[in-house]
Amino acid sequence: MLSRVAQRIYWMARYLERAENTARMVNVNAHLLLDLPKKLPIGWSPLIDITGSGALFRELFADASEKNVVRFLIADARIPGSLMTSLIRARENARTIRDIIPREGWEIINALYLDTKAALPTALGQKRRFVFLGSIMGKIEQLNGLFSSSMLHDVGYNFLRMGRNLERADMTTRIVDVRSESLLPQESEDLLPFEHVQWMSVLQSLSAYQSYVQKIQGPVRRRSAVRFLLQDPDFPRAFYHCVLQIRACLRTLPNNDTPMRFVGRISRIRRARPDEMEKNQLHDYVDRLQLNLARLDSIIAQAYFV
Amino acid sequence: MPIRWKNYVVAEFYDELIRSTSRTREWARPLCRFFSSLKDEELRERKTAAELAIRSMGITFTVYSEKEGGSIDRAWPFDIIPRVITKKEWLQIERGLKQRVTALNRLIDDLYHAQRIIKDGILPGELIADSENFREQCVGVDPPGGVWAHICGSDLVRDKDGTMYVLEDNLRVPSGVSYMLENRAVMKRIFPELFDHYSIEPVDDYPTQLHECLASLSPRKQKFPEIVVLTPGIYNSAYFEHSYLAQQMGAELVEGSDLVVGDDDCVYMRTVQGLERVDVVYRRVDDLFLDPEAFHPDSMLGVPGLMRAWKKGKVALANAPGAGVADDKVIYAFVPKAIKYYLGEEALIPNVPTYLCIDKTERDYVLANLDKLVVKAANESGGYGMLIGPQATNKERAKFSRLIRNNPRNYIAQPLLTLSTTPTLVNSHAEPRHLDLRPFILSGNKTYVTMGGLTRVALKKGSTVVNSSQGGGSKDTWIIDTEST
Repeated sequence: MLSRVAQRIYWMARYLERAENTARMVNVNAHLLLDLPKKLPIGWSPLIDITGSGALFRELFADASEKNVVRFLIADARIPGSLMTSLIRARENARTIRDIIPREGWEIINALYLDTKAALPTALGQKRRFVFLGSIMGKIEQLNGLFSSSMLHDVGYNFLRMGRNLERADMTTRIVDVRSESLLPQESEDLLPFEHVQWMSVLQSLSAYQSYVQKIQGPVRRRSAVRFLLQDPDFPRAFYHCVLQIRACLRTLPNNDTPMRFVGRISRIRRARPDEMEKNQLHDYVDRLQLNLARLDSIIAQAYFV
Repeated sequence: MPIRWKNYVVAEFYDELIRSTSRTREWARPLCRFFSSLKDEELRERKTAAELAIRSMGITFTVYSEKEGGSIDRAWPFDIIPRVITKKEWLQIERGLKQRVTALNRLIDDLYHAQRIIKDGILPGELIADSENFREQCVGVDPPGGVWAHICGSDLVRDKDGTMYVLEDNLRVPSGVSYMLENRAVMKRIFPELFDHYSIEPVDDYPTQLHECLASLSPRKQKFPEIVVLTPGIYNSAYFEHSYLAQQMGAELVEGSDLVVGDDDCVYMRTVQGLERVDVVYRRVDDLFLDPEAFHPDSMLGVPGLMRAWKKGKVALANAPGAGVADDKVIYAFVPKAIKYYLGEEALIPNVPTYLCIDKTERDYVLANLDKLVVKAANESGGYGMLIGPQATNKERAKFSRLIRNNPRNYIAQPLLTLSTTPTLVNSHAEPRHLDLRPFILSGNKTYVTMGGLTRVALKKGSTVVNSSQGGGSKDTWIIDTEST
């Protein structure tokens, strides 16, 4: 397989995953805010922090109101991390590999881009947004199903899986980081009921709530939620699970010495105890995880895309 | 109201299906009867079905638009009434095309070697000296079999007396063959019953023939040479075709950055396994962008060192760089002479009479008759750089008069042909529209001509401009065997 084709499959998968994650994050945050006491200074700014685009946001908008944040994260094609940008980039990548991905796949991506662009001017208000973003997520899930059931599970498909899992792991670390940092003051008795609510929403933003409940069978607490999201081997959006997926893909590829060695290093997370870490420690730890993902991305690029 | 052939008015033009008003050509009768038997609603349904098929099959051409934020795919306008040519006539045309392309390849090879045709006084040397498409870099190169233009698309038009003429040859990167193939696929899907009435020559073997032609050029003699299609990328208007042909041939679709020329002067592509040797490049990138070392130093599309590899015979390029020297519209005027010179034969398909502005007498005639002639720039294609005298304004004519005087070498003029027409669906009735035909000729270890080719039709009433970028559409082209049915 041509390196460029592999690279474009990989990035198409990353952008699709990013679009889906962004949509889910916005929907979950809207729900969370409805449940929290109005006096809490939480609002919409954590979402900007999750995407790591605070500086750009402050340049373009005066305040982190719902309207501004939603517009920033969803609609603006000038903003590198927005949902619209992700769809544009996913489509541009898909266009160049139309002969590799299933034909319906291209048609869905193309329609998703066109429909989203057409709907944007009217779809971002509180009333319609939930359904609108839900349907975008649904389309991307449909694509994942289509790729899985009709693409050859060969080299190209492995690059698709690697892109998707790397992006997933990245989003999970970002959400854990920002939410454990900024949601609520850690030890405050009168807000305890809301700790439950906030971690529930964190799990929901990674569509992890049901899986969590099935597996942990206890109340939603910071410690077990962090452990679940970072270290569970079976939950598809858990950091460790994503790393295992990437390792499985790499194992089938040629010239995999360097990337395999590095993935081996990242999988040591299995034995770490992030749940016992203090706020600052956890922040530093998650920071390191993110740096590792960035390293992994460039190691994969170095090994296969140049 | 359904199609009523008696309302179809054949003007002073030659019509491909209707001999004269109310009289269809004999072999066209089942076809005409079929279309007039469809009720309005059925006709509309079939037309919609064809459009849907085109969209869902993803048959598009690309237009670049700043406003829409990048490139957009447009569905290719398609007319459901096929264009028909009898096999008897076609076999004549096929012979003529083979003859022409053989002579063109001899001409190109000669121009890059001894230039006998100039020394023997057939072709004026200054035409080559100032030709924009003559490539110094190609002088003395010997491509396999002395063939330069492996894929040629020659445009044919029919005048009012029914004679077919060659209007121009496209020897650089002719496009359109994918639409020929897809048009047939659409017709089979939408009008299967029509195929019962006729024995229509199939066109589907083109990708196989192309593959065979390209494989025959491979410098390494092996069973499965590595063939790639080199595209400028998704913003090119013919990107759909590049990807389509690569897919149909099972070849890799590559961009310049995918290829690299090694120290051993061989061409390699970058794959996830590492570098893999490439034998044949079917390049859909213009000469000047092929290799920044040899041509435009700032070309991002090309592959540094590609010309070096080609000259050393380590890779085959189709078409060979420099082949365009013979599709210059001025050289065109000399093709019948070249056929005579190299093959000792008369041209089987005539040229359109052509006035060369470089010749003083002919130039004076052209300048005095701008209102009757079509003026073309030597190196433009796609309907650009052209003056259709009888339809132009005084201002446009004055502009061309100036252009011709400033650079006479660059212009030719031809009488305005009265292009033939064929019934074309307009709303729910048939009207005559002008058309041309682009057959594709492959030259490798043998010569192959497509059965028919791409029929392009000017959808605007009275227009003779058939280019897709300027309001043209296309039709399925049938070569029918009238003797066997």
